[in-house]
Amino acid sequence: MEFSSRGRQKHARLAGDRREQYPHSLQFYLEPPTECISLVEFESFAVDRLKLLKVVENLGVSYVRGTDVYKSKLEGELRKLKFPYRALAEDDYEARRKDHISHFILRLAYCQSEDLRRWFLQQEMDLFRYRFNELTESLMQKFLEHVHLSFEAIGEDLKNELANELSASTPGFSLSKVKEQMFYKVGLADAVDLFRARKVFIKDGFAYVPFKEIDVIVLNNYRTKLSKALALTARSLPSIQSDERLQPLLNHLSHSYVGPDYSVQKNAGRISLDQIDALSVKSFPLCMRQLHRALRESHHLRHGGRMQYGLFLKGIGLTLEQALEFWKKEFIRGKVDADKFDKGYAYSIRHNYGKEGKRTDYTPYSCMKIIMSNPPSQGTYCPFRHSDPELLKQKLQSYKISPSGITQVLELVKGMHYQLACQKYFELTHDVDDIGFSLNHPNQYFTESQKLLSGGREPKKEFNNSGNFQQKNNSQESINSSSTPTSLNAKADTELEGLEAYFTED
Amino acid sequence: FAPAALPELLPVFYRRLFPHGPYGRWLSYGGVVKNYFQLREFSFTLRDDVYLRFQSFNSPQELERELQKINPYKIDIGAVYSHRPNQHNTVHLGAFQPQEKELVFDIDMTDYDDVRTCCSSADICSKCWTLMTIAVRIIDRALVEDLGARHRLWVYSGRRGVHCWVCDDAVRKWSPALRAAAVEYLSLVKGGADTVKKVTLSHPIHPFIRRSVGVVEKYFEEYALLGQDILGSPEKWDKVLALIPEDI
Repeated sequence: MEFSSRGRQKHARLAGDRREQYPHSLQFYLEPPTECISLVEFESFAVDRLKLLKVVENLGVSYVRGTDVYKSKLEGELRKLKFPYRALAEDDYEARRKDHISHFILRLAYCQSEDLRRWFLQQEMDLFRYRFNELTESLMQKFLEHVHLSFEAIGEDLKNELANELSASTPGFSLSKVKEQMFYKVGLADAVDLFRARKVFIKDGFAYVPFKEIDVIVLNNYRTKLSKALALTARSLPSIQSDERLQPLLNHLSHSYVGPDYSVQKNAGRISLDQIDALSVKSFPLCMRQLHRALRESHHLRHGGRMQYGLFLKGIGLTLEQALEFWKKEFIRGKVDADKFDKGYAYSIRHNYGKEGKRTDYTPYSCMKIIMSNPPSQGTYCPFRHSDPELLKQKLQSYKISPSGITQVLELVKGMHYQLACQKYFELTHDVDDIGFSLNHPNQYFTESQKLLSGGREPKKEFNNSGNFQQKNNSQESINSSSTPTSLNAKADTELEGLEAYFTED
Repeated sequence: FAPAALPELLPVFYRRLFPHGPYGRWLSYGGVVKNYFQLREFSFTLRDDVYLRFQSFNSPQELERELQKINPYKIDIGAVYSHRPNQHNTVHLGAFQPQEKELVFDIDMTDYDDVRTCCSSADICSKCWTLMTIAVRIIDRALVEDLGARHRLWVYSGRRGVHCWVCDDAVRKWSPALRAAAVEYLSLVKGGADTVKKVTLSHPIHPFIRRSVGVVEKYFEEYALLGQDILGSPEKWDKVLALIPEDI
């Protein structure tokens, strides 16, 4: 008997070993992973988590957090990307391991600047909040014990003494309810939101929080820990950046665009030049509409604008010949003589199409690339990011966007959700409730718009992550292919710098 | 005193009256933390509104000498920074950060203009000063009993108000969020000139409010009914009635 029971114990421990490492479906990410993984797994884990966090961001803006629709969509995404989505203490080892490792990789990428840290922290907090609230009360207790959150539960005597105060201070807590539920003594810093609104009893620098409110406390705790960890990670970054295998990937992650790069011209020649004016109003994202208008009005664009708009046009199907004709017609009106055009600007257009110099076919700029250009390098332009809100408002008014729509857009801009603001612009100009995809690229905007207008897709469709996230396989390649253009574009800029001197005004 | 006489009077003030000793001892905080005094920012306002920031000193004695040399009209005590404030330009961008600061409350009589009839704006008298007393007692009680603060320094601000410096170790380290939370916790009055009823309460009453009302009650009869005579005339009692809920 003894022997067999011991045997059973040994067996249980072996199987439980792996499970013990991740006893809960969520964690505070206090210990970094210590195993060896392949570069491929490293990259794919990181990309998947990034996709997840972007969905979290999108959902957080489109829906009220914690509502059923929010929860079900988030659960769907977690499941799709193979992250832990069930709160039950099951053997979810692979998903939890992925969760653990991917979090730490993204820390490396997102600790590098204040903006990145803030973004990462916000999404991780939302994700944690969702997961924590999915736990049952008993699982919550177990989790709190596991992470040593020693919130002192106050004893019965003290509780009885304070019962009246507790009942008066805590909304929804009659005297009888106070007697039923556990109350915890928590530092003021941990209970900021409750304390601020006078929704909790405080005495001597401590807040007395009912178990019901504990998730807010836990979240604050998580935020503090993660914030500190990010700052610490940033300090250790130099040694990581010296690893040549990791550094390009990490750099790329925080600027990444994980989707199709619109470099292959599937629709070359389908657009004719006389359609562009109409298309710019119907199907261009605001940045391109503005750039086109500026070009038409002043017959000139600065270098960054030429690159951004020129490559976009290439992406929607303009052939080299069409492009040359298009730009030449405009510039000639702008008093650039034909000769000068052929010698200078034409060269750079041909360059963009891969017919000169390095002969690399340049990829149209993604939203990230345009937004991140800071200061906007000689004309690259996202109106939601780079325009003064007042001017933006006027522009939108002149395009007959409804006042309530404009307010929504400006709110998003204020929250620095530039791509979401553009998505809202799409919804308003196409008269749909839900854009139906996650906007990452101006050419994507165009393609989706054309699809919608030609009846290829039902308007007012439910939010689904079509387009980008399902192209998981493509994304692996596009990471590699779109990482080269970013560095090459930098070189291209300098190459063309020499030509800039050729033109007196920019 | 006449403000024009300041250039003559200030040197005397800084030599004879200014409490350099206690001031320096306070701001050194017992020398427990290394360089705490040296990392403290001081700002001086000189005559003609010349404003000097990021002053810092190696010792209270050095501060004393500087004060006696430049005789500022106003001294502001700033935060304790990560580096000596007078060297902040030598530190690379982003590394020079405030680390700690006392929590300071500023009570200004002009904020009470709508409940006092004896004076307005910068004027004060013994009748309306009671408002200040009430405010001080309410806040002090909350600081001690609710927020657990021990070391409070209440000082007259020089013109029409009072400042409270909360110097507890823990409080000096409070984040901006926590400070904002404390202020919000203590706030009841919402609304500007266009709002008549600026305080709205609901049951149950939070202990903070209950205890603050308790303080006010001690002074109310003498201040409001007698001193300010709030029921003394039809206009006055109309104003009071406007604040009372309909169903009473």
